[in-house]
Amino acid sequence: MSLADPIRRHMPLRRWVLAAIGLGIIAYCALALNWSWLQTPKYQGMILQGVWNTIWILVVTMVLGFILAIPIGFVQAAGPWYLARPAQAFCTVIRGTPLLLQLWLLYYGLGSLFPMYPWIRESDLWPILRQAWPYAVLALTLSVAGYEGEVMRGAFKGVPQGQLEAARAFGMSRWGVFRRIWLPQAVAGVLPTIGGETVLQMKSTPLVATITVIDIYAVASRVRQDTFIIYEPLLLLALVYLTIAGVIVALFAWFESRLPKRIA
Amino acid sequence: MADGSALSASLDLLAYSPPGWGANLLRGLGNTVLIALGAYGVGLFLGTLGAFGKLYGGPLTRDLLGLYTTLVRAVPELVLILILYFAVTDLVNQALLAMGYERIQISGVAAGIMVLGVVQGAYATEVLRGAIQSVPAGQIEAGRAMGMSPLLVARRVMLPLMLPAAIPGMANLWMIVTKDTALLAVVGFNELVQESRQAAGTTKAFFTFFMAAGVLFLCMSLVSNQIFARIEAWANKGTKRGGI
Repeated sequence: MSLADPIRRHMPLRRWVLAAIGLGIIAYCALALNWSWLQTPKYQGMILQGVWNTIWILVVTMVLGFILAIPIGFVQAAGPWYLARPAQAFCTVIRGTPLLLQLWLLYYGLGSLFPMYPWIRESDLWPILRQAWPYAVLALTLSVAGYEGEVMRGAFKGVPQGQLEAARAFGMSRWGVFRRIWLPQAVAGVLPTIGGETVLQMKSTPLVATITVIDIYAVASRVRQDTFIIYEPLLLLALVYLTIAGVIVALFAWFESRLPKRIA
Repeated sequence: MADGSALSASLDLLAYSPPGWGANLLRGLGNTVLIALGAYGVGLFLGTLGAFGKLYGGPLTRDLLGLYTTLVRAVPELVLILILYFAVTDLVNQALLAMGYERIQISGVAAGIMVLGVVQGAYATEVLRGAIQSVPAGQIEAGRAMGMSPLLVARRVMLPLMLPAAIPGMANLWMIVTKDTALLAVVGFNELVQESRQAAGTTKAFFTFFMAAGVLFLCMSLVSNQIFARIEAWANKGTKRGGI
């Protein structure tokens, strides 16, 4: 794929035709469908707020979940059995049950148990525990921890033994080996996987709308209920998620390009 | 709260016959398995077509299939379910009206199978494409050189050689589709999660019923794991073990 490659320079005819058809469909959607609701300031504000909620929930749960996934993966790869077994069981349960069920179990289940204990109701945390978003963040974080824990287990195991031995031979402490050799190499190895998992996580975020968190999906449902417009809010939703997915893919591609690669 | 009486009260709620809700949960489980099997079958069919199209189709087919897999894998299943459900119901009804028939209501099971099948098809396309590519080209050429027809090559050479590479991915897809059936609860279809939500809503025992549904899902995934481990061992027979 060098610059001199003559075939690559021009877009083939069929791509132009496809692009034209695509533009035609977009133009039809933009002109023929009913987008008047987009001009209402009320909905504009709600949409922005919804997109923002979707994005912060995605970023926060990915980061927290990944921080949890590192020890979960590590104890499975190199830990003693009394740590590895519970971590393994945790991953099995999280990966073996639907996220929607986990979310409802936490929100409705815990939410119905908490008020029975007076000391919880009297604590300072109660105003937070009464809201929906802590349960959404908790469920999505645990989900990331479960799936990514499994990924990190393989990643830690995949770091060549020689690297660790070399680091020990340099006189690094065990923590130094972990921090400077083991962890960075493990993370670098799974960056493409993590990028894909982030897109999957983004696709899970609309579930939080079922426990009354107002993300972009909830906003679109609200618009549909208010205006009886069926397709247009759904098309907007698809566009928003496609855009976020594109940004995630581009971000991880940039991350990967920044990593030093050994060229043989 | 966790004393003996609470436990026995929970167990009473889960009993099979009517004051308990066990029969409802099992019916939900049955619907979940039915939709998962149906969607998995549709997905496998679409995935096979898609994989062969992507590998051996013309440039236009490849571009269109690329569009399909990219779009479906980037948009949340929940949104796709809604779009496809409304769009397909609409299209079918408009076609029926145009031909002079009455409107029909598409059943939840059919819609669920179709929608999840289309989603599965996109993932299965990629899994099967990778598996087909893992078959050494020399094997396929040798088959052709022996005068086998393309179908015979596919059946006798490609399929047995690609299975070891395809089965882990296909097992993963089965796990995903069993869990994705839960999304149909959001559109009101009576699968396991929806049944347990109804039971929980009536009895206010949210924790009990969602835990019970979770245990059922977990059992299903553990049993599936065992079955796929068997299938994998069967598909790998005759290949070398150990060593890389």
